[in-house]
Amino acid sequence: MLTSGIILLAGSLLSPNPGLIFWTAITFVIVLLILKKIAWGPILTALEEREKGIQSSIDRAHKAKDESEAILRKNKELLAKADAESDRIIREGKDFAEKLRADISQKAQAEAQKMITSAKEEIEQEKRRALDVLRNEVADLAVRGAEKIIRTTLDADIQKRIVDSMIKDISTNRN
Amino acid sequence: MKRVNVIQPKALLKVIAIFLPLLFNVNGLASAASGQSSDVPKNSAAVVAGAAVSAPAAESAHGAEASEGEEKAGDVIMHHILDNNVFAFEPFGSVNLPKIVIGGFDISITKHVVMLWLVSALLLIVFSVVGGKYKNMTARNAPKGLANAMEALVEFIRLDVAKSNIGHGYEKHLPYLLTVFFFILFCNLLGLIPYGATATGNVNVTLTLSIFTFFVTQIAAFKAHGVKGYLQHLTAGTHWSLWIIMVPIEIIGQFTKPFALTIRLFANMTAGHIIILSLIFISFILKSYIVAAAVSVPFAIFIDLLELFVAFLQAFVFTMLSALFIGLATAHEGHEKPAAGVAHH
Repeated sequence: MLTSGIILLAGSLLSPNPGLIFWTAITFVIVLLILKKIAWGPILTALEEREKGIQSSIDRAHKAKDESEAILRKNKELLAKADAESDRIIREGKDFAEKLRADISQKAQAEAQKMITSAKEEIEQEKRRALDVLRNEVADLAVRGAEKIIRTTLDADIQKRIVDSMIKDISTNRN
Repeated sequence: MKRVNVIQPKALLKVIAIFLPLLFNVNGLASAASGQSSDVPKNSAAVVAGAAVSAPAAESAHGAEASEGEEKAGDVIMHHILDNNVFAFEPFGSVNLPKIVIGGFDISITKHVVMLWLVSALLLIVFSVVGGKYKNMTARNAPKGLANAMEALVEFIRLDVAKSNIGHGYEKHLPYLLTVFFFILFCNLLGLIPYGATATGNVNVTLTLSIFTFFVTQIAAFKAHGVKGYLQHLTAGTHWSLWIIMVPIEIIGQFTKPFALTIRLFANMTAGHIIILSLIFISFILKSYIVAAAVSVPFAIFIDLLELFVAFLQAFVFTMLSALFIGLATAHEGHEKPAAGVAHH
């Protein structure tokens, strides 16, 4: 261990070596130039492109999100408007239907009333007419009955006698 | 619950049965082990006999360690950590790396240069695969597998390191920061696998990397402020009578930043390896299996896992501080004060 310390201090570790410096410089510069051409160029451009691509993707995604949010908002507004519209239409329809129903029922009632009254009148008329007819019929029947009664009670011999007596009367009276 | 109770004593008995003879025959086995390890120096000694250079000398030191103990353990550790011209695959032999000298400069291919090249090759393979995947990818596909794993790191460097520290105009510096991060990370990780060497544990490598950061920082400062703004920056916005103190301090500050980067990375990587090796050598020095089983291996494993974390941490710290220095250099006056506060911590 002592020796290593002596060697270190003697400077073999720190001794300059121009040959090695020369080769290091040459090697490093050549490697730098070649790598710059074959590796760093493509890699760095690819990285930058990807970075830009990612950035633009993010931007696009944000834009798309904003747009979709705007569309959503618009849709919601439209939906709300449509809802209100449909509500209004339904309400109007209901009102109209209500009115219509009231009108119709009123009209129907009036109609019915009218029909009832006219029916009553007709019934009355019919009744009257029926009574007239009945009365005529009854009179006819009575006349026919009477006729039948009369015809049955009317005997030709009796009648001849009656007529003969009458003629006799008349002749006696003239005489 | 019953099955567990039955199995556990059995397993424990087996473990004890394996370890008991070892524990009883500590000395006998230890000597056998030293006999085994002395096989290696025999091989390398044959090499040394012919070559007799400084690097194989360290090899022979490794062999002698078993008998000589403490004095030589330090040599072995340093041999593992320092750079040299031999890439050793311990029981299988070693590869001697070529020595190149051009115009008086020694630019030999050393172990750490080989590691740097391995790291570069690995980086190029991994990122050509990953980059190829990204070329065929549209913004709509998700990455998977290796590409996904690397993307996590790249994205981390891009956003949490570069963007948050440099701010406006960070894209320009991204290739440098990413390369430096993965370069250091792979160096650190390759240093953890057997036969690997930690190139970032060499001060020359870290110095070079921080010199790059220094230049990048200075150029960024000049570009951001112009010459006049740059000079004004050196005065730190103080009264002119203080300039004689402030200007040298600021100039020194320009150099301490890369210096701190250099030492931080180098020291962290070196220290970890020294600790692991020292822990392992404790058992060799004490020639005891009990110490090996109870101390060396568990602690070495613990430190190794810690090193795995440090590998990522130091790569991140180097990149983070590079980004911070660039951010400080390019910051406009409005941002000067809070940023300066961060730098002093």
